Amino acid sequence: MKTKRSMILVSNDPESIRLGANEIIQHLNESLAAYGLQDEVDVTTVSDINRSNILPLVVVYPEAVVYGPVKISDVRYLVEEHLYKGRIVNDLLAPPKMLTGQIGWLRTHKGYNPAEQRVVLERAGRIDPDNIEEFITSNGYEALGKILSEMTPDQVIDVIEKSGLQGRGGAGFPTGRKWRFVRAAPGEKKYIVCNADESEPGTFKDRIVLEGDPHLTIEAMAIAGYAIGADEGYIYIRGEYGLAYQRLEKAILQAKEFGFLGNNIFGTGFNFNIHVHAGAGAYVCGEETALIESLEGKRGEPRSRPPYPVTNGLWNKPTLVNNVETLANIPPIIRNGADWYRSIGTPSSPGTKVYTIMGNINFSGVIEVPMGITLREVINIYAKGMKPGSTLKLAQTGGSSGSIIPAVLQDTPMDFESFRKAGVSLGSGALLICDQHTCIVDLVKVLLQFFRFESCGKCTPCRIGTQRAYEIVERISQGEGNLEGLDTLLELASEMERASNCGLGQTATVAIRDMLKHFRTEVEAHIRSGNCPTGVCEMTKEAEKV
Amino acid sequence: MSASTIDLDVAAVVQSAIEKHGKKHDGLIPILSEINHVFGYVPGEAFREVRKQLHDPAEQMYVAESQLYALASFYDMLSTKPRGRHVIKFCENAPCHIVGGKAIWDALREHLSLNNGETTPDAKWTLVTTSCLGLCSVGPVLLVDDDMYGNVTPEQISGILEHYE
Repeated sequence: MKTKRSMILVSNDPESIRLGANEIIQHLNESLAAYGLQDEVDVTTVSDINRSNILPLVVVYPEAVVYGPVKISDVRYLVEEHLYKGRIVNDLLAPPKMLTGQIGWLRTHKGYNPAEQRVVLERAGRIDPDNIEEFITSNGYEALGKILSEMTPDQVIDVIEKSGLQGRGGAGFPTGRKWRFVRAAPGEKKYIVCNADESEPGTFKDRIVLEGDPHLTIEAMAIAGYAIGADEGYIYIRGEYGLAYQRLEKAILQAKEFGFLGNNIFGTGFNFNIHVHAGAGAYVCGEETALIESLEGKRGEPRSRPPYPVTNGLWNKPTLVNNVETLANIPPIIRNGADWYRSIGTPSSPGTKVYTIMGNINFSGVIEVPMGITLREVINIYAKGMKPGSTLKLAQTGGSSGSIIPAVLQDTPMDFESFRKAGVSLGSGALLICDQHTCIVDLVKVLLQFFRFESCGKCTPCRIGTQRAYEIVERISQGEGNLEGLDTLLELASEMERASNCGLGQTATVAIRDMLKHFRTEVEAHIRSGNCPTGVCEMTKEAEKV
Repeated sequence: MSASTIDLDVAAVVQSAIEKHGKKHDGLIPILSEINHVFGYVPGEAFREVRKQLHDPAEQMYVAESQLYALASFYDMLSTKPRGRHVIKFCENAPCHIVGGKAIWDALREHLSLNNGETTPDAKWTLVTTSCLGLCSVGPVLLVDDDMYGNVTPEQISGILEHYE
């Protein structure tokens, strides 16, 4: 099979046909042939695209450039410029449209990178993170000024609640409601803790936010402080993120100098200070009560809940714990309003999501797109397709504790509600894309190795469960497994989910369940015929290797 | 982590770490991290020193050595055992594994004749696995001391390690 480098979609709804879509297709094919591109570029049609004012449309992938309205006389020039010379024809671009999760409408702004909708990462990569003035000149600290001068704390919480923002750390808890809990909690002294202990394998979105735009998190924490009645905040950042730590420290000093932190901010009598606290390497500290324990100078062992941090958190005081990405959404929401935020994403999951994409794909990295786009769109557009020779077998969403989803589910919209309905978890936003050479047993073994290593050891179901589960899967990968082992795995999973003290043990089982739900035949092939279908597992014991 | 730092006075290192991070409970982990950074691990003597120097009945500040050891043994970036002059940390998580991590791990073990957690007899290298370092877009990833290497291939291993004395 020949590989195509580009694909052209032409709208062929009745209106487009009336306006000459069929002739455009004909001219496209002729022009492509004239430039010798007929084997490299596919021309096909697309229907109902809901933009009657700019028909007919021509969409070019993988760049996802939308041209429209296109006239027959434009076709030859478009082929010459875009497909032959590789230059986007700016004059023919369709006018931009506010994004709602329909990727076909994303317009590229520069070169060949597909367009994103950047709210959280708006400034990352565009300003000097060490220079507070660049932050200020791009609307920085405007939201803080606005709430301190025009809004009451309750009004701030109202806006956040109305925006529908949900926690971006993985659980998706409504942010406004959490703020209200902490505001309502009795006590004079309250704390804000920013959870920057991003340790979920495959996730580095918070690092990009902190490294690229450190003041954004600082501004958001001050806003949260005003809203819930706290005068002190901590950023708990994982020890591995040295650069982000330095940038935060510097940003805090600058913010103090400029009067955005400290006492009597903007002359309003509001005081707020932030400390940065580096972790020392422990995945479990991403769990909020373990994080609080660690902040207090103890081993990061999760507490028993209730009581929850909203009433009994840091130093036993009411504490708001929010993820970096969640906080980074706050200043734009305050500046632009809840309605603006709700116009992005899906009705049940407003806003954007920052994804980190990696695996057997052509482009790995970080993207920010509206909630509700599908995995297929991420792979085909943002990841620029699977690597040559690769086809999608499965994707792991949300890091080690996330779901393993088979290729058949790749058209599920990625938002909290759709994923919940499909029984999968969106998690932290890591998307690990795996091809046909990936062995499910080998992958789950790696995931369980992670959990048995990272289990804090405080509670038995998790400490022993992760170890036993690993041993069973390891035996399968060595050709020593048996079918009863699979039943034992599921029993272990139930016990761990029921009895583990925190999310680590409760979600370590997701990979086991997904493996047996979607890929049981492949697992059984290891057991029944002693054969790893992908040839990844060595099928010999470590000790027997020569 | 050069050889000369081994001769550093533990008491002085502890003192400067405490001055920097404060005589408070929430300073304990940063203090231990600082000590670990200087020596490559937290020596037993340092636990005694930290306890002694933090002891302050007036402020009700008491820390037991066992408490400090509990921290140092819990957190992955702290070590209670001496390590080589250079520590190689290899990410063993799924994102690096999927893009060829195992071949790198095998090449590292073969090149250094080490298994996970071991140190070479000349105390030059310690090889350990680590959990995700957040550099997943350039996997497979390894860390030599504080230097990061991404998109590593097995052929590059000897070239990378050559840079270190």
